[in-house]
Amino acid sequence: MATLVIAEHDNQSLKAATLNAVTAAVALGGEVHLLVAGQNAGPAAQAAAKVAGIAKVRHAEDASYAHGLAEPLAALVVKLAADYTAIVAPATTTGKNVLPRVAALLDVAQLSEVVAVVSADTFVRPIYAGNALATVQSKDPVKVLTVRGTAFEAAAAEGGSAAVEAVAIPAVGGGSTFIDQQLSKSERPELTAARIIVSGGRGMGSGDNFKLIDAVADKLGAAVGASRAAVDAGFVPNDLQVGQTGKIVAPDLYVAVGISGAIQHLAGMKDSKVIVAINKDEEAPIFQVADYGLVADLFQALPELASELSK
Amino acid sequence: MKVLVAVKRVVDYNVKIRVKADCTGVDISNVKFSMNPFDEIAVEEAVRLKEAGKAGEIVAVSMGPAACQDTLRTALAMGADRGILVTSDEDLQPLAVAKLLRAIVEREKPGLVILGKQAIDDDSNQTGQMLAALLGWPQGTFASKLTLEADSATVLREIDGGLETVKLTMPAVITSDLRLNEPRYASLPNIMKAKKKPIDTLSPAELGVDAAPRLVTLKVEEPAKRKAGVKVGSVADLVDRLKNEAKVI
Repeated sequence: MATLVIAEHDNQSLKAATLNAVTAAVALGGEVHLLVAGQNAGPAAQAAAKVAGIAKVRHAEDASYAHGLAEPLAALVVKLAADYTAIVAPATTTGKNVLPRVAALLDVAQLSEVVAVVSADTFVRPIYAGNALATVQSKDPVKVLTVRGTAFEAAAAEGGSAAVEAVAIPAVGGGSTFIDQQLSKSERPELTAARIIVSGGRGMGSGDNFKLIDAVADKLGAAVGASRAAVDAGFVPNDLQVGQTGKIVAPDLYVAVGISGAIQHLAGMKDSKVIVAINKDEEAPIFQVADYGLVADLFQALPELASELSK
Repeated sequence: MKVLVAVKRVVDYNVKIRVKADCTGVDISNVKFSMNPFDEIAVEEAVRLKEAGKAGEIVAVSMGPAACQDTLRTALAMGADRGILVTSDEDLQPLAVAKLLRAIVEREKPGLVILGKQAIDDDSNQTGQMLAALLGWPQGTFASKLTLEADSATVLREIDGGLETVKLTMPAVITSDLRLNEPRYASLPNIMKAKKKPIDTLSPAELGVDAAPRLVTLKVEEPAKRKAGVKVGSVADLVDRLKNEAKVI
């Protein structure tokens, strides 16, 4: 029995979520192989070979894999699937796009956002925006799962010395063509990897006011997040959204500013170690999960916080 | 071009769900059900395509107990032309739903299928991708903008790092993200009109699909509850506690 982990990477290096997925794969028992499919992805494959706990890296090189399109990538994974009893990917937008396609082509169920591995066929996953945890058993011959990064420690990026093996490429069209990406550029840490996150909600009132959040985040070396309401209102781009259908985060410190605490937002951040809520409505549900609550007008509290942190 | 839209009946997003004391599941007796919010967005997109002259007939499909009729009526009131209800009292899991949808696609021959990206009950985020796989069609998941050309669709997708644009040959499967549109409220006259629109009822057996569940739920539990902490009196107090008590900054 062996597990194939689909590495998420930018052809140069592995994305952090890959390392969390490796830990989940190791918990299944058996050998763990990493699939690096990309274009000019040699450096990413070399990085994959160094990950602790990896027995083999399977490197697939083709232009069709350059941007992680689901159709060619799923076809490739299905071709390799006969060698494996489990296929694992991080529950990122790429993993969520590709893995159900793989599972359907293999005629097996898929398990989404696994947060604990009970045994090789039994897993825990959140349902109803994390308000319930289901323990689910799969009877299928191949287990196909996406795993939530915050629920598994990252495997060590160094220490392994796996062999890198080139993989033959299946010929598939697939019908999809990559056009372009508009990636948000930020000097700040990535949301899902940040130790501290400062998030703003509808209470911020405008995108311009997010500079008050930025000022506090700069003092803390924090990432900036947002509630769905703030994204829907167009204050900030979609990739900042924390919640049930946005990013799931679990930093050491999560500061929620002007966020009421809707169920779907709490689903994305309630595993944070320490939660701070700043809101002028003392009845706001966010206070029910906050370790420290400050009932205050954010337009006064945020500048004060920034200056207090400079002391 | 015919458009197929899949709609799921789920516990309303405002309901605070309770886990059953015997840990066999979530208590769904006497709670309000609604159309899955992402599916409302899918229906709205189909209706807008029709209003823009890019789509012909809109067929809404729902699956599950007979009460899914209500969900279909909502879709019909929003502007879908007719409904198909696949009745089953079994736990219909994403792979089974995808197979049932494939069987309906083979009957109806739509040029486009739009689904919500995820249902807010099981949070699986699988059915659209699985349907695309089974049909051998390209997929445009997590769509925040959809543009149809003569024989292709351009999809702006919400991805972890920002946005991505892909072009798909038709026919294709699209799954809607939050920002694709803002669904309309059905007007009273349209709700009345929807009552007269046809709904066909089928069973998985009539569609030739084995819809048996593949995953067995062993137990359902409540997650560890966070306790409410303390209210602090000032920003200075907050910073002091984060430094000296919680020691996180």
